[in-house]
Amino acid sequence: MASTPTAMQSPVAAREWRRFTSAQRLARFAVYLVMTAAIVASLQTIEIIPEFLADAPEQVVDLLSRMWPVDWAHYPGTVHEALVETLNIASLGTLLALVLALPVGILAAHNLVPSTPINLLAKLVLVSSRSVNSLVWALLFVGIFGPGPLAGTLAIAFRSIGFVGKLCGEALEEAHAGPIEALTAAGASWTSRLTFGYWPQVKPAFWSIALFRWDINVRESAVLGLVGAGGIGMALDAALNLFQWDRVAVILIAIFAVVVIAEVVVTQLRKRVI
Amino acid sequence: MRAATDLPAPLDNPFRSSVWPRIAGVALLVYVVWACAQMDISWARVEIGLENAAHFFSRLFPPNFTRWEILVKGLLESLQIAVLASALGIVLALPIGLCASRNLMPAWASWPARFLIVTARSFHPVIVAIVFVKAVGFGALAGVLALTVASIGFIGKLFTEAIEEISLKQVEAVRATGAPFASVLGFGVLPQVFSRFIGFATYQLDSNLRNSTMVGIVGAGGIGGTLFAAFQRFDYDFVCAILLSIIAIIMAGELMATAVRRIFIGNATFADLWRRGRAAPKLQPLQDD
Repeated sequence: MASTPTAMQSPVAAREWRRFTSAQRLARFAVYLVMTAAIVASLQTIEIIPEFLADAPEQVVDLLSRMWPVDWAHYPGTVHEALVETLNIASLGTLLALVLALPVGILAAHNLVPSTPINLLAKLVLVSSRSVNSLVWALLFVGIFGPGPLAGTLAIAFRSIGFVGKLCGEALEEAHAGPIEALTAAGASWTSRLTFGYWPQVKPAFWSIALFRWDINVRESAVLGLVGAGGIGMALDAALNLFQWDRVAVILIAIFAVVVIAEVVVTQLRKRVI
Repeated sequence: MRAATDLPAPLDNPFRSSVWPRIAGVALLVYVVWACAQMDISWARVEIGLENAAHFFSRLFPPNFTRWEILVKGLLESLQIAVLASALGIVLALPIGLCASRNLMPAWASWPARFLIVTARSFHPVIVAIVFVKAVGFGALAGVLALTVASIGFIGKLFTEAIEEISLKQVEAVRATGAPFASVLGFGVLPQVFSRFIGFATYQLDSNLRNSTMVGIVGAGGIGGTLFAAFQRFDYDFVCAILLSIIAIIMAGELMATAVRRIFIGNATFADLWRRGRAAPKLQPLQDD
């Protein structure tokens, strides 16, 4: 009696329903395993000096008490100049990056330059630009051009080439083929296809990438001075070396303000551009 | 005849640009000239630099790997910093990001959380590292804490945006069954944001790996300290060895992050990873890669 319903259900009930195949579950499990192992191994081997850790609350109080009456008298002279220099480094670096990245981005787009070796070469350039941190680029350019904002500007530019070029190349590859085919059918040259077929399609993406990168570069250019590449980082480095914590506080607040303003400006401009 | 005269006169150049872009272009040019003058950037300086460049690069190569023990020690410390900072940052960023989402949380909870996220995002990790070096002393702990702050800012922001974009229908349905808040989160919210979360968590791990090689410049542990010291001693062939190892590690990290994304978002198996058929899901441009 009771067995009848179960007997009827059994072919379905016996089947085990799973969301993923066992191979997929194995892959996921492996990722979890590696993650846990990495965290445990790092926790066990990382060098933490217990005396420093015990000292931390005291040091934080000390830091805040040294910073607190923020001395705005530091701002008008050196800090303001350094801040303007930082903004100039970020803006000039972004402009230079746009100029340098566009050709590389075009070379990386397969539908514009249908040659796989050239595409791969351009992509290699873009990847190498992105793999090197802007501080490392700054170190290299300080080594070549000496300390100063020139090194910073070039560091920002070379770091941004990869980012801008990659995103522009992708935007070009995603452009609709219709207008380009029409231009080709009308006998348009390669440059005409680029300016009248591709450019109008990628223009919004291009300006949005440029603004986005400028925002990132404002943040990044603030630290380049720590390795001698100009901008407010140099003022910060000097203040730190002299233990002038009230001045450090002014500089940190200035960086915070500029970064927030830059983000607001970019958000507003992006709304209008796109 | 009449129909033809009614048509508007054809434009000479249908692609003629309007006035504003031209004005903007001129303004930009003026700015570039002014900024270059301000910062003493001139062609003469670039030329002097280019002469130095040959000398500089000749000293950079060949890379010198004889002190590989220091190199491996620094790299391992950077890896530890990156792993711990990512884990800690993600764990802390999830509740903060949840608090900051305006569709699930009241204003009194979301505004402080949003302020925290904006503050954490505004400073470059290296600057945050300076403060932590003062607070907890030189060493890897300062690096871990600095990158944790960076991770909170980045993941918190994206997690908030992801939650704010979810469909509230599922949430309502779970709520209608009388489920407690934890169940609403677990069954109504998290499944909707999980794949995006994997995307930016792997991205952050990648980014922390890059930055963990740099925080050492201000004394917060990792290979950066060795790099900066070697650079200041003009020990350029060792600098080159360090840079090559950093680039290799970062590229390996990027490959691993892509593999994780394919496993979790693309449901790939190990066999799929070797095949090139299923492409990795594309990510939106995020903060900085």
